[in-house]
Amino acid sequence: MALQDQAQELKFRDPARARALAQALEREVKAIGRSPINVMHVCGSHEQAIARFGLRASFPRDLSVIMGPGCPVCVTDTPEVDEAVALAAMGARVCTYGDMLKLPGAQKSLGDAQAEGFKVEIVYSVSQAVEIAKRRPLEQVVFFASGFETTAVATAAVILAGVPDNFSVLSSHKYVPAAMEVVASLPETNIEGYIAAGHAAIITGWEIFVPFARKTGAPVVVAGFEPLDVLAALVKLVELIKEGRPEVANMYPRCVTREGNRPAQEKLWKVFQTTSGDWRGIARVPSGNLDLRPEWAHVDARKRFRIDTSLVGGKVENVLAAQCLCGDIMSGLKNPHDCKLFGKECRPESPVGACMVSSEGACRIWHQYGGLPDLREVG
Amino acid sequence: MAGADRVAMKHGAGGRAMRALIEDVFLPLGGPVDGVGLAAMDDGAALRVGDQWLVVTTDSHVVQPIFFPGGDIGRISICGTVNDLAMMGATEPLGLTCAVVIEEGFPREELERIRDSMKRACDEAGVTIVTGDTKVMGKGEVDGIVLNTAGFAMARRIVRDDGLKPGDKIIVTGTVGDHGMAVMTKRRDLQIEGDLRSDVAPVNGLVRAALQAGGDAIVAMKDPTRGGLASVMHEFAQKAKVGVLLDGPAVPVTPEVQAAAEILGIDPLVVANEGKAVLGVRPEAADRVLAALREHPQGRRAAVVGTAIAERPGNVILDTGLGRRLLAESDGEPLPRIC
Amino acid sequence: MCLGVPGKVLEVNGLEATVDFFGVKKLLRLDIVDEPVTVGDYVLNHVGFAIRRIPPDEVGETLALFEQVLKEAGAGDLMAADVRGEMEAGAKVPEKA
Repeated sequence: MALQDQAQELKFRDPARARALAQALEREVKAIGRSPINVMHVCGSHEQAIARFGLRASFPRDLSVIMGPGCPVCVTDTPEVDEAVALAAMGARVCTYGDMLKLPGAQKSLGDAQAEGFKVEIVYSVSQAVEIAKRRPLEQVVFFASGFETTAVATAAVILAGVPDNFSVLSSHKYVPAAMEVVASLPETNIEGYIAAGHAAIITGWEIFVPFARKTGAPVVVAGFEPLDVLAALVKLVELIKEGRPEVANMYPRCVTREGNRPAQEKLWKVFQTTSGDWRGIARVPSGNLDLRPEWAHVDARKRFRIDTSLVGGKVENVLAAQCLCGDIMSGLKNPHDCKLFGKECRPESPVGACMVSSEGACRIWHQYGGLPDLREVG
Repeated sequence: MAGADRVAMKHGAGGRAMRALIEDVFLPLGGPVDGVGLAAMDDGAALRVGDQWLVVTTDSHVVQPIFFPGGDIGRISICGTVNDLAMMGATEPLGLTCAVVIEEGFPREELERIRDSMKRACDEAGVTIVTGDTKVMGKGEVDGIVLNTAGFAMARRIVRDDGLKPGDKIIVTGTVGDHGMAVMTKRRDLQIEGDLRSDVAPVNGLVRAALQAGGDAIVAMKDPTRGGLASVMHEFAQKAKVGVLLDGPAVPVTPEVQAAAEILGIDPLVVANEGKAVLGVRPEAADRVLAALREHPQGRRAAVVGTAIAERPGNVILDTGLGRRLLAESDGEPLPRIC
Repeated sequence: MCLGVPGKVLEVNGLEATVDFFGVKKLLRLDIVDEPVTVGDYVLNHVGFAIRRIPPDEVGETLALFEQVLKEAGAGDLMAADVRGEMEAGAKVPEKA
């Protein structure tokens, strides 16, 4: 029973506290007196927490909590998927996290390649991919590495621990702070404050957001993923906006510190470096990609293999794709309901855009949790 | 790739796609009946015989793995059919049929284990198998074993699944998600170790107790198998054309199921159950039906989990305790071969 | 993937730990957590790696943090109430707020 209580505490889902925080949020927003107040978060898990617990029904009407480019699978561009598909077509065993399977390439997804008989496997951890490589010494095993820096650390750790010769990494890792910079530079978005992803901040620490807050004039609050974490962080953020303080506040102190996890950072930057990349729907993101450093060329799939995407890539005429709003949704300019295809031609089992493919995509989350109806006065 | 011209796994998931397949392909096989026929797509059929109803139901069972914590394909096949009859209000089955299709090479010892399990389930339900059929297919032509059971019973009153009116209370007889999560953790590709057991059991005795207490005040009944409690809520809402407000914190879930579901990112509300019933009850009778359920050993965790409302007909709204959202209609059971 | 579910450490074997997530056990790697992890600690899981050891007293601290935020959010109103009170006491014709 004690374990249950402790579980409840750690889960921070007490409805009474939630109500108090929601009321505080209402007061703070009213005190500002403007409408709408746009704030943005950049993490699929935050959107999941908000959508799953129906928190938007408790937010003040004048507060708009928008999801930005917080879905690493969603922002993985088509040519990167084509590289993975090409490797599978060349005979390699491509291992990847589940979400990547249905992400469309120019012609096909990894899931399509799998259905055609190529070797594609879903793993829950990069170490699982290494185990597969050990068990199949005669095959080339490529780990198609997706995820932001928190996940990249795991990839780095595994590479540093030593991997078999038949293992290599096709890096599609992304760097979240770069995404925030891009969104902040878009004039249309008018974001007054940011909620930073708690788990990325565990690794990076919260200090890295200080120059960003100063430059943009927008406060940044680091938040955890329980519903109370999100509500409390929003209260703090709106307070900072009200007082015109472009500072960084840490509302996840049980996990996030000022400098973050230094040993993990060392591992990350020993193996990876930031490079400019094209993000699906958002075009060029300076320092947005995490690539393997030159000294790791021997485990870099892009160096080990001459990947020829000409057979699997190319431009494909796609009437539906032309109507897809994912780019605008990821930039926070539109929401899934603004898209004509949402819930009709574009559904989880038949996704048109990346946002519907990944469990961290705004469209998929809204589809799963019922979207954005106003349920305040029902029942 | 499955297109509109080929059957896909989702068509067996118990959700929207399956209903569409049945409506498009199989409904034309039905015809007018004096009672509840194919078109109603209820748990079973009810045909008038004299001043009573003959209730009939049939199920095929393809659960994988065949043996799972808390049960096996044999137990599920007996309980599934007994429970379908009970959901129509027919709690004293006259008999069951059992047709098996067995793969060549299937171990005799496992067949007998399944038979023993079926016998135990029959004894618990107070029913016997009265006729059957046996087929064997070549190795690889069928996966292990497929069981089909049909059941029949007489009943004085039929309980449908479309009777809710605004104000009615919705009661679930116990914890949800047990069966689906137990089967899921047995599947080899999931690296999870936990103490999860299927709830597969005949609930005709439990339902009998509820009907004795509630009588005509019980206006809807369904068992939350594929697609879980959420599926039943959607069916209730759509068939009765009411909204359903579901009280999330009131839904009973064991901590183990909650934990496993959280880790896998699955909602216990959409996970299959094989030993539970969901009842729609007129508000004035809710307390006494609940009391009768809780007195029964299978109904100790029974709880009122929802209310029918006039707003948003056809929709299910989930109150999470921290906010509200629409419970999206899923395409049925998230995992295949669950029952 | 961003799932960071906290669990309790049951066993530690070198760089691997058996962690209990309230009834369900999983094997986690300890390569990237920045503190030594022992039996009884709570850790956060991310793709099969422990990324943070959560000190047990942090739970109380976080709840206190929430209380703090609630107080600060209410403090603005308390101030406004004081100001209104002074105005009403001083002005001959009280202004409507």
